[in-house]
Amino acid sequence: MAVTVAVYSLFIINKSGGLIFYKDYGSAGRMDTNDSLRLASLWHSMHAISQQLSPTVGCSGIELLQADTFDLHCFQSLTGTKFFVVCEPGRANMEALLKAIYELYTDFVLKNPFYEMEMPIRCELFDLNLSQAVQRDRPPVFPGR
Amino acid sequence: MAPVAPRSGEAVFASVERVNAELFTLTYGAIVRQLLTDLEEVEEVNKQLDQMGYNIGIRLIDEFLAKSNVSRCVDFKETAEVIAKVGLKMFLGVTASVTNWDADGSSCSLILEDNPLVDFVELPDTCQGLYYCNILNGVIRGALEMVSMKTEVNWVRDMLRGDDTYELRVKLLKQVPEEYPYKDDE
Repeated sequence: MAVTVAVYSLFIINKSGGLIFYKDYGSAGRMDTNDSLRLASLWHSMHAISQQLSPTVGCSGIELLQADTFDLHCFQSLTGTKFFVVCEPGRANMEALLKAIYELYTDFVLKNPFYEMEMPIRCELFDLNLSQAVQRDRPPVFPGR
Repeated sequence: MAPVAPRSGEAVFASVERVNAELFTLTYGAIVRQLLTDLEEVEEVNKQLDQMGYNIGIRLIDEFLAKSNVSRCVDFKETAEVIAKVGLKMFLGVTASVTNWDADGSSCSLILEDNPLVDFVELPDTCQGLYYCNILNGVIRGALEMVSMKTEVNWVRDMLRGDDTYELRVKLLKQVPEEYPYKDDE
């Protein structure tokens, strides 16, 4: 099978709406730093508004935004950190990928003693494991399991 | 998407990487000893352990949520049960029982029958005021704070101080609402 990466890009937003991680995986939809920051804070606000506008009680915000040229899947942890991927339209299994990314974040970002909470993520091990997970397009195999 | 079923404490404990229990116990002992040497005052050591636990707790909660698949608890009672049965099991390998609820359900006791931190420990006379396991209070306080619950956690009974068991009192001070805007007029 040819290596085609279904995921275009990945964003992680801290609980106050600041972009703490952004990565491009495909050639489509590349963004410069300003645009990615703008998109992140826009998404943070839209997500919050959607929670309030939703007619269902206890709504946890937008999970999927579908457009002609991309899908945006979002996962928010109970601690308020948001993870979202922009990918090819109609790709399945993105919830599992986001969940796997959340686990990688807890393992390789939060457990790094030199990582400051809520600050931009610069952790090589995280990058490395992330690329593997995204390229495999399925939950990664964790070391030691 | 169908929600993923929550995993039991045993299942998570079995699937995560673990270290030798003795290494863990001895490492913790070394930390406490070093703090006693550095800070000299037992009261300061209690405070420092609590602070260290807090710093651990605010990070550890995400790992807990990611690996246990536990979803939002409906009330504080459920929260306490989840800590006792899933959280403690996952990270310490032991479970606690939840008892002594007060009338309005805002404080309870976690009774730990087994406590891996204290194997081999005997408190000398010079350290009588020390809460040896004070790090656990901080961990619980920090973890709950990240999911919008302000709590106060204290040791009520401690076997190292001659009691018959380990009892942690967890009191819910307030629940911070999660919705934006937090306050319209600010």
